[in-house]
Amino acid sequence: MTKKTLNGAESLIKCLENHGVEHIFGYPGGAAIPIFDAIYDSSIKLILVRHEQGATHMADGYARATGKPGVVLVTSGPGATNTVTGLLTANMDSVPMIVICGQQITPVLGKDAFQEADVFGITAPVVKHSYLVKDPNDIPRIVKESFFISATGRPGPVLIDVPKDVSSSPCTTNIDDCDMDLPGFSKPEKPSIKDIKKLANTIKGSKKPLLLIGHGVIISQAHKQVLALAEKLGAPVTSTLLGMGGFPENHSLSVGFLGMHGTAYANKAVAECDLIFSIGSRWDDRITPAKIERFCPGAKKCHIDIDPAEINKILVPDASCVGDAKLILESLIPMVEPLDTKDWLKKTQKNKKKYPLSYKIHGGLKAQHVIDELCKLTNGDATVTTDVGQHQMWTAQFYNFKRPEQWITSGGAGTMGFGFPAAIGAQFGQPEQTVIAICGDGGFQMTLFELSTAVIHKLPIKIVIIDNKYLGMVRQWQELFFDDRLSGVDMVGNPDFVKLAKSYGAKAFRIKRPADVKKVLKQALDYNEGPCVIHAEVIKQDNVFPMVPAGAAAEDMIISRPTTKLQKPKGST
Amino acid sequence: MPKTSITREDSHTISLFVANKPGVLLRICLVFSRRGFNIESLVVSPAIDGRFSRMTITANGDKNVLEQIIKQCAKLIDVVHASEHDSSYSIEQEFALIKVRLKPKNRSEILQLVQHVQGESIDFSDNTLILKIVGESKKIDTCITMLEPYGILEMVRSGKMVITKGKSET
Ligand SMILES: Cc1cc2nc3c(=O)[nH]c(=O)nc-3n(C[C@H](O)[C@H](O)[C@H](O)COP(=O)(O)OP(=O)(O)OC[C@H]3O[C@@H](n4cnc5c(N)ncnc54)[C@H](O)[C@@H]3O)c2cc1C
Ligand SMILES: Cc1ncc(C[n+]2csc(CCOP(=O)(O)OP(=O)(O)O)c2C)c(N)n1
Ligand SMILES: [Mg+2]
Repeated sequence: MTKKTLNGAESLIKCLENHGVEHIFGYPGGAAIPIFDAIYDSSIKLILVRHEQGATHMADGYARATGKPGVVLVTSGPGATNTVTGLLTANMDSVPMIVICGQQITPVLGKDAFQEADVFGITAPVVKHSYLVKDPNDIPRIVKESFFISATGRPGPVLIDVPKDVSSSPCTTNIDDCDMDLPGFSKPEKPSIKDIKKLANTIKGSKKPLLLIGHGVIISQAHKQVLALAEKLGAPVTSTLLGMGGFPENHSLSVGFLGMHGTAYANKAVAECDLIFSIGSRWDDRITPAKIERFCPGAKKCHIDIDPAEINKILVPDASCVGDAKLILESLIPMVEPLDTKDWLKKTQKNKKKYPLSYKIHGGLKAQHVIDELCKLTNGDATVTTDVGQHQMWTAQFYNFKRPEQWITSGGAGTMGFGFPAAIGAQFGQPEQTVIAICGDGGFQMTLFELSTAVIHKLPIKIVIIDNKYLGMVRQWQELFFDDRLSGVDMVGNPDFVKLAKSYGAKAFRIKRPADVKKVLKQALDYNEGPCVIHAEVIKQDNVFPMVPAGAAAEDMIISRPTTKLQKPKGST
Repeated sequence: MPKTSITREDSHTISLFVANKPGVLLRICLVFSRRGFNIESLVVSPAIDGRFSRMTITANGDKNVLEQIIKQCAKLIDVVHASEHDSSYSIEQEFALIKVRLKPKNRSEILQLVQHVQGESIDFSDNTLILKIVGESKKIDTCITMLEPYGILEMVRSGKMVITKGKSET
């Protein structure tokens, strides 16, 4: 019996199956129909979304929840351009993702044909790599390379643009056995022992060390090594926003996250340490001041990153090592000796007691109260996604994370509309976990139509809408730095989110009073037949503190509402 | 120095060995333009092994930003390697075609000058002369300065090309 010759689309889908893909988040259109046709006979589950941006954030959430690339399939032209925000979001936060776009047929490319767009060109700045497929016989190689590239070294999104004539023509190459052709791909370097020794020597003698863990720790799965290093050295650990979950926050050495809205005790430790050791963080401008000399002045700096371009990008460290965090730490741990940090730990503990994160239960419903209670009721075990804004910062502050892949938020791009679809993807990736999306009233409205997707697949996601009836984070800046001249931040016209959810067939709850928080959240957490929306009508004017104004240094932190007028921030945003 | 000079103090020459695939140049240009860098000159040609190309890029700007640009170029999947070269171990050459206004009274003076810089006159008309000059960019800059008083009508420069000396790879 001779094997049936596959067309490009069929071999594409077969290749995805071979790579273990279980879900595709997609939206069809003319140029992608052959590929959707191939899915018809496939074991892969197609998740039909309501907007291509939603598909990208779902794939992103799936990838962050599993460590495996999420896969998106869209049509040409507007279908493809709708993925740009999702590509940026994944690229900024080093998330592995594969976006496959239908494209017009090759003979008409560049002739303004219907729904033709230069997708390769439009997306080039926001992908790790991309392909325009010209020959169906290249498909097996390109798919293999795409998975390899997106997940190897520093992860990132890869885009494959597939013209319709290519997906419809026969592909005769062997899909089970093809070679990659990537002469320019720099494989992650094997960590240099010399560099690791230098790290060990630089750490030696430090009396006030601080480990700064970033997203790289989660990507590398280096959490156990971080714990071992911290305990051996006796060093407190802070994390970036994206590093949360890389070190248990209930551990006595944890000082929480640092930066613009990080804990006061983390930022105090940053201001006073004599050694800061970044493991998989890229010294983002939300944790470092505009004048970089003001960052940890006097402290020695150590840096581990898998991407050589991150070393010396923001600051020049005293010692650095390029490579995978886990591998480097495994070699480093036996080389270091416990440090004499008794006084330093006493001080950080004292600061933890002196400047705790806190809120008042009385005086109206507070977002912090809702989040704090969610943490308690789920025993800090849930997988939590957020949107972008004040509620995101409060979640970072009041939900205590303890394991990697438990915390999913858009950091680098700060993409509103991310949180809810990301939770859908995360729930597909972690079907056994309780998944909670914490969204603002503004951001939720950017992708709320994915309620259909969640309802259809009966995903038991809890969607908590922190409704302050404002674009709260921007309102906070206007209040603090622009004389309270509120411009374009009032969300008057918000829908009744309970009715809205019900109209999609989702369960819905409302919380208005502090006294109802526990009771309603319990009900919502007990409901597992499908998604439910929890509409929390919180007070309108609350602000996030502590706050390090943009561009300022840790010691300029404002711990609570200021009584005097503040200078407009001069730094970045 | 004339405005046309490409050998400024903060000028850097970067050599790249890249996969000969569509889109490579776009990606490299994006690395420069995103950081506000202007590419002064760019030479691309196929390598001996036709699957690859060689590029020599000259750009001016801050040294630290340039280090970042080289690293970001090297990171691109289609770039095999990227490095800055300095003239102590590499040969840098450029090629220029210069069209000069010709007046009977200047004619012999110009031709003498051309001979002096080992240039070649490759086309004459009643009132123009096209010269070919090969050499280090500085030498070409100097020629231009010397020819300017006679009136340069047009000029094309190839941009710098770099190759390392001895056995070491460019
Ligand atoms: C409203 C808002 C407020 C914010 N406030 C804060 C704040 O207060 N504090 C804060 O920290 N952030 C804040 N952020 C987020 C901030 O913008 C950055 O996204 C974040 O600081 C980046 O964290 P990161 O460097 O750990 O992660 P990434 O940006 O993901 O960088 C990860 C690094 O790890 C490296 N890496 C990847 N894999 C490995 C590996 N296997 N081994 C070693 N290294 C690896 C990568 O090369 C990269 O350099 C805020 C964002 C928003 C939207
Ligand atoms: C797509 C997009 N547009 C604009 C912004 C700028 N922005 C950052 S936070 C914010 C306000 C978010 O409001 P909301 O979702 O209600 O959350 P809140 O801050 O009130 O908790 C805005 C507009 C953004 N981050 N993303
Ligand atoms: Mg809001």
